[in-house]
Amino acid sequence: MSHSPSLPAKVRARDINVHYGDKHALKHVDLDIHAHEVVALIGPSGCGKSTFLRCINRMNDQVDSARVTGLLTLDGDDIYDRAVDVVQLRARVGMVFQKPNPFPKSIFDNVAYGPRIHGMARDQAELDEIVMTSLERAGLLAEVRDRLDEPGTSLSGGQQQRLCIARAIAVSPELILMDEPCSALDPIATARVEELIDELRENFTIVIVTHSMQQAARVSQRTAFFHLGELVEVGDTEQIFTNPQHPLTQGYITGRFG
Amino acid sequence: MTDNSPTAAAAHRPSLDAAAHVRRRYAAERRFKAIGLGAIFLALGFLAILLWTIVSNGLSAFMQTYIRVDVRFDAESVAGEDYQGAIKSALYARFPAVESRGERRELAALLSSGADTALRRMLTADPSLVGTTKPVWLVASDDVDMAIKGHISRQPGASGNRLTDRQLGWLGELEAAGTVEKRFNTILLSSGDSREPELAGLWGAVVGSVFSLVITLIVSFPLGVATAVYLEEFAPKNRWTALIEVNINNLAAVPSVVFGLLGLAIFLNFLGMPRSAPLVGGLVLALICLPTIIIAGRAALKAVPPSIREAALGLGASRLQVVNDHVLPLAMPGIMTGTILGMAHALGETAPLLMIGMVAFIVDIPASPLDPSAVLPVQVYLWADSPERAFVERTSAAIMALLLFLGAMNLAAILLRKKFERRW
Repeated sequence: MSHSPSLPAKVRARDINVHYGDKHALKHVDLDIHAHEVVALIGPSGCGKSTFLRCINRMNDQVDSARVTGLLTLDGDDIYDRAVDVVQLRARVGMVFQKPNPFPKSIFDNVAYGPRIHGMARDQAELDEIVMTSLERAGLLAEVRDRLDEPGTSLSGGQQQRLCIARAIAVSPELILMDEPCSALDPIATARVEELIDELRENFTIVIVTHSMQQAARVSQRTAFFHLGELVEVGDTEQIFTNPQHPLTQGYITGRFG
Repeated sequence: MTDNSPTAAAAHRPSLDAAAHVRRRYAAERRFKAIGLGAIFLALGFLAILLWTIVSNGLSAFMQTYIRVDVRFDAESVAGEDYQGAIKSALYARFPAVESRGERRELAALLSSGADTALRRMLTADPSLVGTTKPVWLVASDDVDMAIKGHISRQPGASGNRLTDRQLGWLGELEAAGTVEKRFNTILLSSGDSREPELAGLWGAVVGSVFSLVITLIVSFPLGVATAVYLEEFAPKNRWTALIEVNINNLAAVPSVVFGLLGLAIFLNFLGMPRSAPLVGGLVLALICLPTIIIAGRAALKAVPPSIREAALGLGASRLQVVNDHVLPLAMPGIMTGTILGMAHALGETAPLLMIGMVAFIVDIPASPLDPSAVLPVQVYLWADSPERAFVERTSAAIMALLLFLGAMNLAAILLRKKFERRW
C-alpha cells in the first residue's frame, strides 16, 4: 500500500539521536509515518527500535539519563517542544506494552481510567458508552460482557493484552505504539491481536515493534529495519521482504543473523 | 560387541559417582532442614518459657483479697467524712478483745489504707444507708493479699514475716468465718498508679500509651508516607537524595535515648511543651518511628511493578495521578505493615520517655494528651523497681497488658491489610 507523497506525514522524524548516558542508542534516524498505516519496526535486540517508539510518546522522559535530539513532529507539532504537555501528548499517542499490564482493578475500571483522568465523559452513561465501544473495538466485549466487575488480571494473557488495547483506544488516540505486543502470547492469541491490529488501522495509525518477521509481514504496510541504532532501510513491507535493498536487511530477514 | 563393554563401563562409572553425589546432596539438605527446625523449636521454647514466667507470675494479680466487715454508717462519722474511723470501729467491734493502741494499729493494718473510698462511693450512690449497719467487702492490705495468695509465709514466728503473729491469728479467724475472699481485681484495670500495691492500677498508663500512640500515628504516618513517596517517585536520583537516603538509614539505627534527648531539648526546653505529657511522648516516638516507616514505605513502593507505572503514564496520567491512583494503593499494605512495626517498636520504648519526664509518679488518669501521664512500658519499669512483694505480680500483669496491647495492634494491622488487599 503506497501513499501519495503529497499527503503530510502523521509523524515525521528527522535526525533523531538518543543517548542513554554515554551510550548512543539511536543514530540519525529519519522516518515518516503516515496516517492509517501500520508501520513495523524490526531489527535485532538492542537496535534502538523500542527506543524510537518511546520517543514518540516521550516515555524516554522517565529515564533520567536519556537525551533526545533532532526533530520529531506529530501533525507538524514538535513533540519535544518545551510547551508540549506530555500528559496531552500521551492522550494523543497511546501505547501497548510487551507484557500485558492491566491495572489490578476491574475490567471496567481498566478501560475507564483513561477517559476519567482526561475528563472525556460528562456522566456515567457516557463513560459506559466509551468503555463498551472500546471493548467492542478491541474484540473483547463478547468475552467479558458479564464480568466487567472482575479484576482485569483474572483474564488470560491474550485477553489481558486486548484489554490493554481497549484501554489505549478508550482515550481515542490518533496513534498507537505497540512494543512487541504479542511476545508474551500464544499463537492463537497472537492471531487474534494481529487481526485486531488490521481492523484498528481504519481509525488509528499504528507503529509496532516486533521480533517476528512473519508478524511484520502479516500486519504492516511499511517496515523499517533498524540495526545498531541506525535505520538501515525502510520501505513497503512487500518490497522489504521480497527485495531488500541493503545487504544487512537481507541478512536479517533471511535469518543469517539476528 | 567387545568394543562396547569398556564404553558401557565408562558410562556406568560416572553414574556411580553421581549416585553418591545425589546422596550427599540429599544428606546436606536433610541436615539443613534439621538445623532450621531446631532453631525454630529453640526459639519457640524460649518464647514459651518467657510467656509462662510472665503469666504464672502475673495471673494472680488479677485477683485481689477482700475482707468482709460489718460497717455501721453512723451519722457522725458520715458527716465528718471519717470513713476510716467507721472501718476501724467495725474492726474493733469484730475483735472486742483487742484493746491496746499498738494491737489496734496492727488490726487496722489488715485492711488497705484506701479501703474507705469504697464506703464513700457506696454512700454517694445510696445516701439512705446512713444510720444502718451493712456487711461490706473491703480491700485488704497488700501483705494480707500476699499471705492469702501464698506469696509470703503464714507460719507464725517465722523470721522476716511481714505480718505479725497476732495479725496472722486474726486473719486465720476471719478466714475460718468465711469473711475473707479473693475477687476479680477491678482496681488494677481501672485506676491510676499508687504507692499502695493493692490500690495501684494500669488504666492511667494504658490511657497514656493510647494518647501517645495516636499522636505518633498522626504525626509519623503522613510524614513518613509523603517522604517515601517523594524520594521514591519524584526526587531526582542525585548526590543529595543519596545523602538523604543514607542519613535516613542511619537514623533508624540511632539509639532511642538520643531521640529522647532531642525531644527534651526541642519540645520541652525550646518549645516549652508540658513535661511528662503524652503529646511530647508521642512526638518523640514519632521521630523514632519515622525512619522505619520511610524505609518500609520506600521498599513497598519499589515493589510495585514498573509496568503499572508505565501503563498509567502511557495513558497520559500525570505523575501524581500515577502515584495516587495506582502505586500508592498497591503499596499501602506494605506501608501499613511497616507502620505497625514502627508503632509496635514505639509502644515498647521506655528510654526516650524517661528523658522527657514520663517516668514521674502520676496517680491521675490523663484526660487529654496534655496531662502528665505514664505509659505502659514506663509503668512496668516503675513497678519492677518497687520493693513491695505485691508489685512483683503487678509488674507481670502490666507486661501482660502491654503484650495484649501489642497483639491487638498487630491484629488490627492484619485485618486492615486484608481489607485493603481485597479492594484490589
